[in-house]
Amino acid sequence: MKRVLLALRENDIAPRFDQCIEVMVVELGEDGEVRKQETLVLAGPSADDLCRLILGQRTQVVVCGGIEEEHYQYLLWKKVEVLDGVIGRLDDVLGRLTAGRLEAGDIVRPEAAA
Amino acid sequence: MQRHYPLDAHFPASLSAVLDSVPVGLALLDRERRLVYVNLAMESLTGYSVQESRGLFCANILRCNRSARDCPVAKAGQLTEPVSFDGTILSRARQKIAVQITLSPILDEHGRLTGYLETIEDLRYLTKAAAKRGDAFGFAQMIGRSLEMERIFNSLPFIAQTDASLLLTGETGTGKDILAEAIHEASNRAKGPFVKVNCGALPETLLESELFGHRKGAFTGAVEHKPGRFQLAHNGTLFLTEIGDLPLSLQVKLLTILDDRVVYPLGSTKGTLVNVRVIAATHYNLEQMVQAGRFRKDLLFRLNVLRLHLPPLRERNGDIRLLMDHFLQSFATKLEKNIGSYSEEVLAMLLGYGYPGNVRELRNIVEYSCTLCQGSEIKPRDLPAYLTSAELAAPTDQTRQTVAQPGQAPAAPGFSWQHLERERIIAALQKTGGRRAEAAKVMGLGRSTLWRKMRKYGLATAEDEA
Repeated sequence: MKRVLLALRENDIAPRFDQCIEVMVVELGEDGEVRKQETLVLAGPSADDLCRLILGQRTQVVVCGGIEEEHYQYLLWKKVEVLDGVIGRLDDVLGRLTAGRLEAGDIVRPEAAA
Repeated sequence: MQRHYPLDAHFPASLSAVLDSVPVGLALLDRERRLVYVNLAMESLTGYSVQESRGLFCANILRCNRSARDCPVAKAGQLTEPVSFDGTILSRARQKIAVQITLSPILDEHGRLTGYLETIEDLRYLTKAAAKRGDAFGFAQMIGRSLEMERIFNSLPFIAQTDASLLLTGETGTGKDILAEAIHEASNRAKGPFVKVNCGALPETLLESELFGHRKGAFTGAVEHKPGRFQLAHNGTLFLTEIGDLPLSLQVKLLTILDDRVVYPLGSTKGTLVNVRVIAATHYNLEQMVQAGRFRKDLLFRLNVLRLHLPPLRERNGDIRLLMDHFLQSFATKLEKNIGSYSEEVLAMLLGYGYPGNVRELRNIVEYSCTLCQGSEIKPRDLPAYLTSAELAAPTDQTRQTVAQPGQAPAAPGFSWQHLERERIIAALQKTGGRRAEAAKVMGLGRSTLWRKMRKYGLATAEDEA
């Protein structure tokens, strides 16, 4: 079982980690299938609060757009894998994630998502 | 003022050349706020090439803090005049950059909205210039009041104003990187990009693509055109650090670019004219490398138009104490601790240490000590363990000989820092006919410091002692 947090802005991956106020936490089974999925809305945009939430949720992987080096290194230090620089719609990114093909820096365009 | 400019998917090459020559980040958006074109300065700011950016929403590439809440572009229906605002963007290299953004609507001949022109001005040079003005003894982030550093600081404004290639030499930790950036910030190119490439950090094939760029299909994995660092540094400064590690095959290519100012990306027969100032740095002795056949003589001549040698900390008389106090104040403030001084014992240890890692090592020692210090004074127990062990005194011979000073013979094996310092005091006293005040001035020391050192090395006579 793997817990993945996706930083969101509406139906897209949030362009900035520190400006994100909505996240989706998914639990992936061994086969990559989504076992559980929930959306959380934060009180306000704060990278520090988001880091606390990530650690509190025992998240193993974070998917986001841009993230500051300081927070990136902090999460790595806490043994959280960060797939940053991801651009795309949530459904397309989630599809690639469950297929085990999502990497940091991926630009998932709708036509290339499949 | 509203512009009338037709946007279409096939961006004219002549226009892209014009936009690329502008030293400010420019982005053209369509009506849906998707990127149509970004110029070189914008690529440099965001880290995304024009091919990667095309078709994506501006917010995904620029990552401006304003785009999440009250993006002026989102209020498209209301935007009829250019608007300007300050904000921050987040680059691909995870750097937050302060910028000023100006957004102008583009209308066609019938007054219908066809897109937007976004102008992004990097404000970092302004904040750095303001910080620079605050330093009493130094230039930008570098400080020092020794004669050696004073000579360098005096020459920097003139060096910054030329476009000639500059070679920075000096041991590791002496501040070559900071100096290169400071020169860029003080130059007329300050508004342009400062692009740094570590020639020792990448394998040869990757480095070639990184420096000069590649065309789509140039090699396996080259799925799109990519501009090299030379193109990204257009109208700015390219800083090639660890130039001594540049492979010989690339040295030839670099030499050609320095001559012609034309860059040929991998897999392309078409060259791009670049206006770049090159600053190179190394901790190697390039003259020795030339003799050993590991560095091209002609490239050395091209890079060596101007040269600055940063002295090791142990040769910057009086600067160790200045830097100790500077770093203490800076880290005490940062860590919110009330640390005001060093104990006598710590002072003696730090002032007598050889600092093979130079200013960087001193900075790390002070940071470590401030972190561990529980009181208001740094005590020996707060110092890193390796400093309090027996063999701390001398820098290694290897470190000392890495960059030979002109006219200076390499130190013989077994030399210690204390021995070297003693010899320097004797030489200064001989030069000034034994006049201690003058000798202290020559060495950049206070009279009492020189006197203390003379006593320490047994150079004070019985008359002096009386």
